[in-house]
Amino acid sequence: MNSSTREGRALPWALVTPALGWTLLFFVLPFVAMGLSSLRGSGDSSFSLANYSQFFANPAYWQAMVNSLEVTAIVTVVSVLLAYPFAWILAEQVPERWQRAALMLAVLPFWTSYVVRSYSWLLVLSQNGVINRALVGSGLLSEPLQLANTRFATVTGFVHFFVMLLTLTIFANLKQLSPSYRKAAADLGAGPARTFWHVILPLTLPGIMVGAFLTFVLCIGDYITPQILGGNNELVMPQLVMMQIGRRGDFPLASALSIILMAVVTVAYLACARWLKIERT
Amino acid sequence: MTDTSARNPLSTLQRRLRAACAATALLLVAGSSLAQAADLNALIWCDHSDPALLEPFEKANNVKVNVKEFEGTGAGLAIVEQSQPGDWDVMVIDSIDVPRGVEKGLFEPLPEDKLPFADLFPEVKMDKSTIVDGKRYGITEKFGYNTIGFNKTKVDPTDMQSLASLTNDKYKSKIAIYDYYLPVIGMAALAIGKKTADLTEADLPALKEELLKIKANAKLVGEVTASQTALATGEVDILVGGGEWVTAGLAKENPALDFSIPKEGAVLWSQSLAMFKDSKNKDMALKFIQYILSPEGQARLATSSCYWGMPSNTKAALTDDQKKVLRFDEQPGFLARAQAYPAPNADLDKKMQDLWTEMLQAK
Repeated sequence: MNSSTREGRALPWALVTPALGWTLLFFVLPFVAMGLSSLRGSGDSSFSLANYSQFFANPAYWQAMVNSLEVTAIVTVVSVLLAYPFAWILAEQVPERWQRAALMLAVLPFWTSYVVRSYSWLLVLSQNGVINRALVGSGLLSEPLQLANTRFATVTGFVHFFVMLLTLTIFANLKQLSPSYRKAAADLGAGPARTFWHVILPLTLPGIMVGAFLTFVLCIGDYITPQILGGNNELVMPQLVMMQIGRRGDFPLASALSIILMAVVTVAYLACARWLKIERT
Repeated sequence: MTDTSARNPLSTLQRRLRAACAATALLLVAGSSLAQAADLNALIWCDHSDPALLEPFEKANNVKVNVKEFEGTGAGLAIVEQSQPGDWDVMVIDSIDVPRGVEKGLFEPLPEDKLPFADLFPEVKMDKSTIVDGKRYGITEKFGYNTIGFNKTKVDPTDMQSLASLTNDKYKSKIAIYDYYLPVIGMAALAIGKKTADLTEADLPALKEELLKIKANAKLVGEVTASQTALATGEVDILVGGGEWVTAGLAKENPALDFSIPKEGAVLWSQSLAMFKDSKNKDMALKFIQYILSPEGQARLATSSCYWGMPSNTKAALTDDQKKVLRFDEQPGFLARAQAYPAPNADLDKKMQDLWTEMLQAK
């Protein structure tokens, strides 16, 4: 084998090595370390499944997972329902020359800090916030509503963020669609509604699923939004994980809870893996 | 002759990687040697990061104080465990948690003759926690109360003289709870007539019942910023677990905020300074502790921009206005009615945290 062939084969490996090294160093090794940590007792060096059994035995821990799944499901569905028409208007109704500017305006909130954005929602939803002042000031309500420090507030904060993300993925998908699909559907006698339902929607499903999966993963693992907007009136899994670390420094239990959360994300991935392909035939 | 390696992407990549590694190593070496030359590394709570507190010390001693904030002893000790011995010089820690650091072999005994122990409020020396095997490892630098913080224009101040008001329907949805299980469980203990120092596992059901009653009246359970904001913005009128650390710093902007020490008592919080055994800069670490405990340092720490609290040194150089806001002159009476944080063993601590989790999850 001559040297140029050897180098030709080595080049792809050389190019992929940094990414592999990165994944090994910052995902695989920490994951293994977390797995080992989750099997240890908090006060000794023996290995057991005690930390995992705690999760299943304690209803308050189990409830955190239920809360996480409920909040994540609501956020994902609401975000898709809001983002799809938004992306469709951007892709189909806004003139081509304004689309870039419109898209930039749509994702403008991404430019602000996540924490600042969450606190801003607290100001909007609080008892003396914009919404309650408007409702009470206009005479529609005599007493302010409790909007802040509720699940509603958490969902609102999440949806505000994830609608932007989903809009991007769905918009990109809509723009890839060839106009020929619509023309062919029209030639076959389909009206706009039927064309959308039987042609456009199925073809944009990959964009929806990619965005929905990203929403699911980011939402179920988020600590900041429920912490700031939820008022700790119910705990979600990331908050439960953080609780174990704060004062007691119980890293084994925190690791076990994190691995359970990762297992749920893996199941979600497997459930929608068939739609997560971006190529279209 | 053509240099083939110059055009080979693999060789180029290798050369550049070598150069990058060498540059990084050089920067790390230079950085670490600079850090060791004239730095003091402190693991702190946010009140110590105020430039008004640190700059006078830095200028007087020609030293840079590098601070790292943490929340919760567990998180702080985890940072130490992940560091090299000698990386840290001093640490701020809950006084009741000093023994945890000593057990791990982290702390250096403090020279009592070089620190103003005689000037401290006697009740906050916390000898049970700060002295281990006859040696003192921590010195209380600041203290206060987890009690009832309230807006005196929105609630009846006489109601705030009893913990029973916290479960009264009159204040439904007007209450926030400070999200830290030990002091609030301590308050629940006081409400049911138990001493915080005597709590055992057998008391947990009664504590749970009391906590659930308070939760039923609460609008939110928030950490420092959230609970302080809720009280300051009028979202709630009462903060369970609040005290001078919430109200004093906001006194100028919101003079309606106040705190009470109810007839059942309040929970005394106190934070200590400890020196690391492996510190490479022990002389400077001691100077820092001496500065923080000096009358000037105490005044600056007590009125830190992050949160106010009582200085442990009775000779703190506070102005009359600052003393009034902190209710300095009332301290002997307050201290007489205050009880220390519950200091459970690891097993009971875990059960208390689980009890807190149940309270948070309760609808």
